[in-house]
Amino acid sequence: MTLIQILIATVVFAVLAPVIGCFLAGLDRIISARMQGRVGPPLLQPYYDVRKLFEKEDAAVNTSERVYVVCALIFAVLSGGIFFGGGNLLLDVFTITLSSLFFIMAAYCTRSPYAEMGAARETIQVMSYEPMVLFMAVGFFLATGSFDVSAIAAAPGGPAIGKIILIFLGVLFILTIKLRKSPFDLSMSHHAHQEIVRGMTTEMSGPTLGLVEIMHWCETVLFLGWTGLFFLWGNPASWILALVVVALVFFAEIYIDNNFARVKWQFMLKSSWLVALLGGGINMAFLMLV
Amino acid sequence: MAFIGFLILFPLLAAVALFCVRNNEARNVIVVASAAVIAVASVIFVVSNLGAGFTPFEFSSEALDFVCTGISTAIVAIILAFSWKYKNVLAAVLACVQLVAVLALEFAFPLEIEVPYGLYFDSLSLLMTFIIGVVGSGICVYAIGYMEDFQTHQPEGEADRRPLFFGLMFLFLSAMFVIVFSNNMEWLFTGWEITTLCSFLLIGFTRTPEAITNAFRQIVMNLAGGIGFVVALYCCAFMVGTFSFYDFLVIGCQNPAIAAAAVTALAFAGITKAAQMPFHTWLLGAMVAPTPTSALLHSSTMVKAGVFLLVKLAPIFMVCPVPSLMVIMVGAITFLLCSFMAISQSNAKRVLAYSTIANLGLVTACAGVGSPEAVWAACFLILFHALAKSLLFLCVGTAEHHIGSRDIEDMDLLFERMPRLARFMMVGIMGMFIAPFGMLIAKWGALVSFAQADQVALILILGFGSAATFMFWAKWLGKLAGIAGQPENVELTVHKSEWASLLLMVVLLICGCVALPLISAVSVEPYIVSVFGVLGQDISTDNLWLAAICAAVVFIALFAGAGRSNSKQKKVPVYLAGVSRNDDTRAFQNALSGSSEAVTRNWYLEAVFGEKRIAPIGTVFNSVLMAAAFIMVLLGVGVM
Repeated sequence: MTLIQILIATVVFAVLAPVIGCFLAGLDRIISARMQGRVGPPLLQPYYDVRKLFEKEDAAVNTSERVYVVCALIFAVLSGGIFFGGGNLLLDVFTITLSSLFFIMAAYCTRSPYAEMGAARETIQVMSYEPMVLFMAVGFFLATGSFDVSAIAAAPGGPAIGKIILIFLGVLFILTIKLRKSPFDLSMSHHAHQEIVRGMTTEMSGPTLGLVEIMHWCETVLFLGWTGLFFLWGNPASWILALVVVALVFFAEIYIDNNFARVKWQFMLKSSWLVALLGGGINMAFLMLV
Repeated sequence: MAFIGFLILFPLLAAVALFCVRNNEARNVIVVASAAVIAVASVIFVVSNLGAGFTPFEFSSEALDFVCTGISTAIVAIILAFSWKYKNVLAAVLACVQLVAVLALEFAFPLEIEVPYGLYFDSLSLLMTFIIGVVGSGICVYAIGYMEDFQTHQPEGEADRRPLFFGLMFLFLSAMFVIVFSNNMEWLFTGWEITTLCSFLLIGFTRTPEAITNAFRQIVMNLAGGIGFVVALYCCAFMVGTFSFYDFLVIGCQNPAIAAAAVTALAFAGITKAAQMPFHTWLLGAMVAPTPTSALLHSSTMVKAGVFLLVKLAPIFMVCPVPSLMVIMVGAITFLLCSFMAISQSNAKRVLAYSTIANLGLVTACAGVGSPEAVWAACFLILFHALAKSLLFLCVGTAEHHIGSRDIEDMDLLFERMPRLARFMMVGIMGMFIAPFGMLIAKWGALVSFAQADQVALILILGFGSAATFMFWAKWLGKLAGIAGQPENVELTVHKSEWASLLLMVVLLICGCVALPLISAVSVEPYIVSVFGVLGQDISTDNLWLAAICAAVVFIALFAGAGRSNSKQKKVPVYLAGVSRNDDTRAFQNALSGSSEAVTRNWYLEAVFGEKRIAPIGTVFNSVLMAAAFIMVLLGVGVM
């Protein structure tokens, strides 16, 4: 793992991830529509939407909002570069948290009551999933002896999932929060049921909102990458296995999104901490003591 | 050795001068000059000895021993006088117990323990020297402007007691230097007690009933810790047979059984001074004091003496299970619960206090683990905590004097009312908890060391505690970031000395983050190697470089990006589900054509993370834990 490698990977990620993420978002909308008995939009609808956002009038509540959103996007892309460049998983986790922080600041800085409410909920969402994300990194370390993604993906003797299946299940649980899917889409939602659910993005419009969409695409690719990493090992064939699992996980998330009603923050916090404590704790204790 | 003498004696001289001088102008000159001299001397001393291993100096004096006993007696006399005045029996009793024990140790037993090498320094002392000498004197300079505002806010006819205040500040620095340079444990103890007394007087400085109560809470807890220290001295005298700290550590590592009692007692003293639960209440109470006092107590002195002692003991913890487990668990539980409780606080100084206690808990837990990686992390936690926390306290102090409140809810719009200060505060907050700053790198080190030591409980605690940390810092940061119309800029009247020290802290913090690999190589790693002989697995330079890149982006965004005007962008009012009438107050036209104001507050989750709910758990758990550890050591159970 070298610095150059990661910087190159960051550039590649910056180009490819939005494309892949855009297709995934289009797929998401078609599958969701079919589940609801609709035909759904064309596959490239998310792309048309974002292109239209960039053509809109440049209006904002203040000038700082966009600066913070750009920072959030930069760190999301860098985080993707660190992961797909084979860098350190802990650094990857910390960088994506930094990205979330800037997004939260973007929402707060508008002083819109709706955006502030969304931002407050987002801090609770981060607090809910953060322990499990950290335990995921430690779990990989305990299973393979390294925090480096390149070393984990090339580990001899089978995928990490064999040793950290409970952690994998825990990550699946909090993945719903990270992908902003119902029932955990408290801070902002793609389903426009009510005003408060636009939460954090209430004041974002035009190009700024377009950047937020692109960031979401990048994050989706990164988080699905995390789930795939559980199934990689020295064998090249494992990449096919990982892709199949990622596809299944993606479908499962859409299914959950369409079949569960939004919960309150108390339930989200308690359930995800319980999952982290049990899934992460038992799995790590098992790896350390046995 | 001349430098060590200078660093101990010069602040003492400055303190004496400041006690005597009544003239404001003269005092300001003395404070600035002495602070500059101390800072420069510390930096020269640190730079010229970079990477030094353990360097003892042959220095012993019977007379100095008697002087130390004299100082201890004088301290007790002062405490007794105050206890008499304010009718506090417990403090008086504890002080008397301590005095009797100290005098008995000196005169009643025919001990012939000589410590030929009375003074020393090593890389850890150098790190502490930097923190005390540069950060500590920076805070003293800041105090000039702050105390001037403070004095004008005092009621008419109130006596100007600033000579006492500044004298105590410099005395504090001197005592801290005694602690980090003394190899003779009796001298170390004297420095320890002076810091206790100084913080007692500084906390009670305003002499309001609340200040007096809190000062006595501090003195009772720290006298208990002091008695723990005396017990440790007895154990050293009768079981280990030396008062040399270095020899004690060496003997303790080779033969943990005979040192176990002394280590447990010393760890207890360190835990009280580092304000770990159940002793955290004294540090919370300390915030009634003027802000420079809080900054000094939290960042560069007092509590840092506690963790300094614990980090020094780390090699023994590694081989001595009972005190090790006690220190690990007390620190870890404190970290977790205080991070939780910080969520429920809206008073900025109280949030800072809880975060200090939580971070000290993490340092304590690292010291308890005692492995090279853990000590590496502990050293960085101490350094970056000192830098970030002093910056934050000074920012809050300045904000308090200019917006008239220390409540986070009142810091709305600070980004425009005090643009420079708000950005400094944001850097400080980010420095405390988020990548790519040093604090997080230190946490990273802690995580790696816990994973390698198979401490699953510690990893769980670190995970949940860090998540809580994110919550309480992020919502404060959000409050600061808010921007509306064009509120009046109120920071133009901030005193120059305050800007000077704020700037110093920001520059130190930023340099510290950027130069992190360098600091590790020249300062922390030599200490690890000199103590353990090996260097644990460290974080690769590539990762540190990536962190530096992130840091650069953050600083550019904060200082050059956010808040700039953009003529191309159209400015629109905030959406309020009605016609906006005033953006600054978030007023909108309601259904009856009147004006309504939208009001939002941050979330404090009182029902989940309230003090009433959380604090008793930690108090009971940690008290039982320490009691159990002492009983086990006394019975000799579990001691190898």
